Amino acid sequence: MLEPKVVQMLLEGIRDTLYMTIVSTVAGYVIGLPLGVLLHVTGENGLRPNFVIYRVIDFICNIIRSVPFLILLILLIPFTRLIVGQSYGSTATIVPLVICAAPYIGRVVESSLNEVDKGVVEAARSMGASNIQIIFKVLLVEAKTSLLTGFTITTGLLLGYSAMSGTVGGGGLGDIAVRYGYYRWKTDIMIITVALLIIIFQIIQYIGTKVVTKLDHRKR
Amino acid sequence: MSEILSVKNLSKRFDDLTVLDNIDLSVREGEVVVIVGPSGCGKSTFLRCLNGLEDIQDGEIILDGENISHDKKILQKNREKIGMVFQSYDLFPHKTILDNVTLAPIKVKKRNKKEVEEEALALLERVGLLSKKDNYPRQLSGGQKQRVAIVRALIMQPKVLLLDEITAALDPEMVHEVLDVVLSLAKEGRTMLIVTHEMQFARAVADRVIFIDGGKIVEEGTPNEFFDNPKTDRLKKFLQTFSYNK
Repeated sequence: MLEPKVVQMLLEGIRDTLYMTIVSTVAGYVIGLPLGVLLHVTGENGLRPNFVIYRVIDFICNIIRSVPFLILLILLIPFTRLIVGQSYGSTATIVPLVICAAPYIGRVVESSLNEVDKGVVEAARSMGASNIQIIFKVLLVEAKTSLLTGFTITTGLLLGYSAMSGTVGGGGLGDIAVRYGYYRWKTDIMIITVALLIIIFQIIQYIGTKVVTKLDHRKR
Repeated sequence: MSEILSVKNLSKRFDDLTVLDNIDLSVREGEVVVIVGPSGCGKSTFLRCLNGLEDIQDGEIILDGENISHDKKILQKNREKIGMVFQSYDLFPHKTILDNVTLAPIKVKKRNKKEVEEEALALLERVGLLSKKDNYPRQLSGGQKQRVAIVRALIMQPKVLLLDEITAALDPEMVHEVLDVVLSLAKEGRTMLIVTHEMQFARAVADRVIFIDGGKIVEEGTPNEFFDNPKTDRLKKFLQTFSYNK
């Protein structure tokens, strides 16, 4: 059986992984959600199309998303140190995670909003609703199931990325898998950490799907 | 009766394509004007121009004494005075029927919620849908959805109601229940502009019928003149497509 020390370490790993995933998802949405709304609003079929603003945000998003996460992790080390004070550990990992997630979330939100039926937006407009009212009372409300699906996918993605940050001492389960499983050939610990990640992932996906099904009023 | 809506020299172009060409129209308060014409003639675009869903290239639209065609702010302020019902209902799928109806008066007009809800319930009862107030749009039939859409427009107390082919997407047996509501609104003296392909209904509800073809008003008249004694060849031909007599 596992030594108590290893169990302790794995429990801390779970805690750190959840901490990184949750905080970076939330912080990612704080930046990504407005970004996605802006992308939709200034987009070609948006409420207020603006080619210049759209292109600029579009370009920045694409650049960040083109950089492989592992490279981003290393590139951002000086910036991370500036904000957190150190470049390793789970809190430090949150910085690159958020920067990687925000443009991704922006895109996910944009595509959710693009799916809202244009007729519904026109109906709101014909009733005299302002653009702000349309965004908050119509677009975000009508896109909510799609937004939540995107949220679930994003959380899963960040869980995976947080584990990837283990290669540079990011903390959490990925860190354990790399340090013990990869560097020290402790296959049992590696298998356990991977199994734990699978379980966490399944739980996130299960909850996400349940909530979406419950909130969706469009189909039975 | 006084004039409520006046359209002068309205032209709408998409790049090189002229969709509406110099349309003039004056609508009196309480008048029901039915617009007919072949598909693609510009009649729906005309309605969409009237409440600013499409911008226009020439001419002006004067609603209740205010020119709404050139200043976006004036348009925004007056938009709620023109209600519109669409062919595809366009109810908010994630809101209950009651919330669909009360959203705009509460959020746009900033009216008291309780008062609006009472009014909404009364209107829903009037169209026979009170029992559906807590349902979601997907649980309703097309005809029921369209009646809700009419209520949603009515509760804004518009001066003019625009109905854009509101029965075109309905199964035949549901057309009647929707048109009955419109007929009762006409009897009440509501000012309406109606685009429709239901010629019998047009005859029953209209004070005046207008025929648009190729972006122009080709002919207009009272229902009797219009349907029984069409003057232009184009209208004669158009009306013939609705009859099956040999």
